[in-house]
Amino acid sequence: MVPTVPPAVSPHRRPPRGTVRAYFRNIRLALSTAFDGMSVTMSYMFRRPLTIQYPDKIDKPVQEMLPESYRGVLEVDMDRCTVCLQCQKICPLGCINIESCKNPETGNREVTKFDIDIGLCMYCGLCAETCNFDALDHTREFEATVTTPDQMILHFVEKPREVTKLKAAEMPVRKHKGSILQKMIPAFGRRHPQEVWTPTAYAAAPVPALKAPTATPKPAAPVASAAPSAADSPTPEQAP
Amino acid sequence: MNIMHYLADLLVRSLFKADPATWPYTWIAYAVVIGVGALLAFAFVAIFAGPVTWIERRIAGRIQSRIGPNRNGPQGCLQWLADGIKCWLKEDLVPATADKPLYLAAPYLVFTGMFGAFVVLPFGAHVIAADLNVGLLYILAVTSLVVVGLLMAGWGSNSKWALFGGVRSAAQLVSYEVPSAFSLMAVVLMAGTLSTQGIVGAQGGWPWQWFVFRNPFLFAAFIMYFISAIAEGNRTPFDLPEAESEIIAGYNIEYSGMRFLFFLFAEWANMWIMAAVATLAFLGGWQIPGISPERIAEAKGWTFVGWQALSFAIFVFKGTCLVFTIIQIRWTLPRLRVDQLMITCWKYLVPLSMGSATGVLLLMALVREGGIVDWVMRGAMLLVGLLVAGAYIRKVRATFMADRDNYKKMEGRDLWYPPYRLP
Ligand code: SF4
Ligand code: SF4
Repeated sequence: MVPTVPPAVSPHRRPPRGTVRAYFRNIRLALSTAFDGMSVTMSYMFRRPLTIQYPDKIDKPVQEMLPESYRGVLEVDMDRCTVCLQCQKICPLGCINIESCKNPETGNREVTKFDIDIGLCMYCGLCAETCNFDALDHTREFEATVTTPDQMILHFVEKPREVTKLKAAEMPVRKHKGSILQKMIPAFGRRHPQEVWTPTAYAAAPVPALKAPTATPKPAAPVASAAPSAADSPTPEQAP
Repeated sequence: MNIMHYLADLLVRSLFKADPATWPYTWIAYAVVIGVGALLAFAFVAIFAGPVTWIERRIAGRIQSRIGPNRNGPQGCLQWLADGIKCWLKEDLVPATADKPLYLAAPYLVFTGMFGAFVVLPFGAHVIAADLNVGLLYILAVTSLVVVGLLMAGWGSNSKWALFGGVRSAAQLVSYEVPSAFSLMAVVLMAGTLSTQGIVGAQGGWPWQWFVFRNPFLFAAFIMYFISAIAEGNRTPFDLPEAESEIIAGYNIEYSGMRFLFFLFAEWANMWIMAAVATLAFLGGWQIPGISPERIAEAKGWTFVGWQALSFAIFVFKGTCLVFTIIQIRWTLPRLRVDQLMITCWKYLVPLSMGSATGVLLLMALVREGGIVDWVMRGAMLLVGLLVAGAYIRKVRATFMADRDNYKKMEGRDLWYPPYRLP
């Protein structure tokens, strides 16, 4: 079977009458469209660029430009947390680690640990949805860079503290979102908008003195333990 | 007498107290001055090609609503140095299956072809390395050496993409040589000489004395020369030899480090060459308005140096304006297809440029220079030029105004952000 030869001229466009006319029409079109295009691009030389020059040359911190509902690093307001453990249970990845006990002297419940592993968290928002007391929430902080892996575990309880017994309506107002995180990690602190970012300035920022995690899984370890060969050669952390 | 000759004679006269015509070692002074001149031309290429890469990227940024490189040095003006140093430090790779001698020699051939053209570019009234009597022909001939270099690069790399790029580039250069030569021929006919200084001398400082506004055929020849020069320089919209979407990078795909930089360097140098040739052939070259070349030649001492500097500045200014136009064209027009490229050349540019050369001949035979018809023609062409410029400004303003109010409503800020305001 002989394949049909497609027509040389596109059937979709009506061929202009007369080849000579088409010839000069093409010249006119080439010049006029180039002229139009040039004037459009020239007009962009006088327009404001769209680029937001993160992180330094901006009018206000990027965190404030993000929408309210942005799901950034998690933060818990311990004044409102009742240690109901709902968030720990619902987290699909198990990155929330809460421990509490009864103080034998006072008989009150005390929370001894509230850790969130932001290296493991996938920012799904389930925990924040579940919290009935508006204690756990996403902030608009996203610059979560830290210098060592164990700093990725945020310790919201430094020393054992009493669990609140108040009803939701009586609790203190939720602290401004992000304010707790900013105190914990200097990198989360708002820089002055016009301050120029330099590597030295960043390195000179004090590394937060965080308690070394004891029983929490190390973020460096999951990679090794996930590998099939991890069982053959246990890392020092896994050994005990 | 050009400035290098003059300087060499001055050197002999003042330093050795000898007459340059009879002194037996005059040729040494000439050799030294030629060497220094070559170095100066090289420095001009380097100093021009480097920052223009940065300027082009800034302009491209603004055209695309971006900002462009602005972190390296004040407003990013040292970006080109950083890029250059990076290329110096990269390893010079040679593919295992490459044709080694061809592969290694190709960048130098390309660069030599470009650099050779600088010999006859008249930068100022007497600032020229050598005023050859075949100047324009020499430029056309020596820049054709680039074709050999590109073919060598394409073939020597032993890569199909490089070969495609090299062959495309050769086909393109050879085709577009024809219309560009015909357009320049119109100028040569008008000036009656091939010498670049002679062509500049046949024009004057005022726009109505430039060849571009002499008659409609020369106006058309200018546009056609500009198009074919862009095509010869492998610039967008004719950059098929390096079409990323089809052949990744073209002839320079296997190159790295300094050799790669040489290709880029040649491309930028070539941009200047085509702008300079268009300037000298159509836009009056270095001619200072109201000052005749004789007056410059007769000037003495600092006046002479001042005229030279002014003419140099005028030439570089005109050339730079054209370079900016080329840059803007690059960021405006999309790339042509291979067949469209060849159609543009052989169906449109070649017959039209032949026609314009013939038209110039006819007008030269029929119209007396300086006569009333000549002046009417010059005035009409100048008017056409002004009208085009006016229409352009109006169109730019209309495009801007169409979006201004909406932007203000949406963003709460003024859209106006002039180019001199660097973000
Ligand atoms: S956001 Fe999702 S993954 Fe992260 S802690 Fe909450 S429930 Fe777990
Ligand atoms: S953060 Fe909310 S959900 Fe989690 S334990 Fe505290 S009160 Fe319960």
